[in-house]
Amino acid sequence: MTDAQIHPENAGVEVLDLHKSFGPNEVLKGVSFQVKPGELFVIMGPSGSGKSVLLKHVIGLLKPDSGQILIDGKSIQDPAVRGQYRMAMVFQSSALLTSLTVGENVGLYLTEHQLKPPAEIAAIVSANLQAVGLQGLEDRMPNELSGGMQKRVAIARALVVEPQLILFDEPTSELDPIMAVTIGQEIFQLNKRTHATVLVVSHDRDLAFSIADRIAILSEGRIIFIGSPAEVRRNHDPRIQEFVHAEISPLKSN
Amino acid sequence: MLPRLRGGLRQKNGRYAQILMYKNIGEILILFWQTLRSLHLLWRQRQKVFDQLFEIGNASLFMVCILSLFIGGVIALQTGPILVERGISSVLGGMIGLSMCKEFAPVMMAILVAGRIGSAMSAEIGSMRVYQEIDALQTMNIDPVRYLVLPRMVAIALALPALVIFSIPVGWLGGALVCDFNRKIAVNFDLYFQNLRDVVEVGDVCNGLFKSFVFALAVGIISCHQGLITRGGPRGIGRSVTKAVVNSIVVILILDYFLTRFLLYIHR
Repeated sequence: MTDAQIHPENAGVEVLDLHKSFGPNEVLKGVSFQVKPGELFVIMGPSGSGKSVLLKHVIGLLKPDSGQILIDGKSIQDPAVRGQYRMAMVFQSSALLTSLTVGENVGLYLTEHQLKPPAEIAAIVSANLQAVGLQGLEDRMPNELSGGMQKRVAIARALVVEPQLILFDEPTSELDPIMAVTIGQEIFQLNKRTHATVLVVSHDRDLAFSIADRIAILSEGRIIFIGSPAEVRRNHDPRIQEFVHAEISPLKSN
Repeated sequence: MLPRLRGGLRQKNGRYAQILMYKNIGEILILFWQTLRSLHLLWRQRQKVFDQLFEIGNASLFMVCILSLFIGGVIALQTGPILVERGISSVLGGMIGLSMCKEFAPVMMAILVAGRIGSAMSAEIGSMRVYQEIDALQTMNIDPVRYLVLPRMVAIALALPALVIFSIPVGWLGGALVCDFNRKIAVNFDLYFQNLRDVVEVGDVCNGLFKSFVFALAVGIISCHQGLITRGGPRGIGRSVTKAVVNSIVVILILDYFLTRFLLYIHR
């Protein structure tokens, strides 16, 4: 892939009436929403509501049973269309290649597509690791890092692609609250710095309300509301209110 | 179709198992074709091929020597006394020589490689599948066939014939040692190797190497395919490894029969 083949603008995403079943289990029951170019869009919902499956459709890892995913109006299922956009995904498990060092993981895209000479790749890797606060860890193996550090390496790997569309699957899960805030800030800064379209799926309310331009609520395979964080808070739908205001009750005092 | 089929699969339901088997064979052939089509990108993957070759050689060479020595020895031990009884012990060298290079070395080494290398391949690729590393490759537009399957296929296709080249003389030596030192046989080294030189031709060794090359492709593609279709967690990986090894051994033995018939036909 050469830069000449890459579409120059950031990508908008449109999901139209998406259905997906695994055996008898219908996970997505007609999901539709639109993400504007350069927007930071968060899909919130409880565990098992189909968020990760939805994200895998958007990046083209899964094929829908019916419905469409369009990127700037063109179907993402078409490999030629996918080749026109730089897209990246940060997986919930980070999905670093455990047989490669941190540096090799971060530079993998450039190395495999032979886009830059090795010395330049090393410099880019170093700069991207520095951007996520992990400078000097190029030679470490992923299993020598904590969960939060692995997540940041995964973000650095995604940044190397210089993505126009970047997807985050549960970026703050399994992280302590301080690291969760750090990762949230990284995502927010990334969106502001690169103007990439960012699509995040998460059940982390704090993350969603602090970084999102708009939030969609996914419940039982359907989008039940889309709006700004303030609109989500104001909405009176009991399903949304239950999710937005759920608190651990003070069991001890009782 | 596949998830529904797998989900509904019950062992007692032979029809589903049969359909699944045909589906797997089809997927294996498609994967093999995709690997062949990506051969022109081999130069980019050369470092991975060298890594895999080192891995295979390192894991197998010592075992190959031990196994071959004892295979040669046991053929001599089983056949030697019978041939001595009939007064034709002088043919032992040629018989063991031919058995090793045409049959035992390629088949036994392929089974060894299926157990040691095929299992490792399916476990590694399977774990990459389960832990989403392959998904991550795909999101970066890196083809898993080119990145994972191609270097392993090329490495195993080079390594197995090389291991057979080691195996054949070590097996001959094992046979010679037993023939010489076993009192019931008592065929000395000179007589043994004289007969071996008279009987075994370069073509016979090439025959074994050709078989081992085909076995290598079969073991490689079955193991990689099994890794790629791995589902579930650690239990899924374990299941894939078992299937990869068992299927490889079954296919090696079936292929051996047809390859032998084919080679006998063209040498007629």
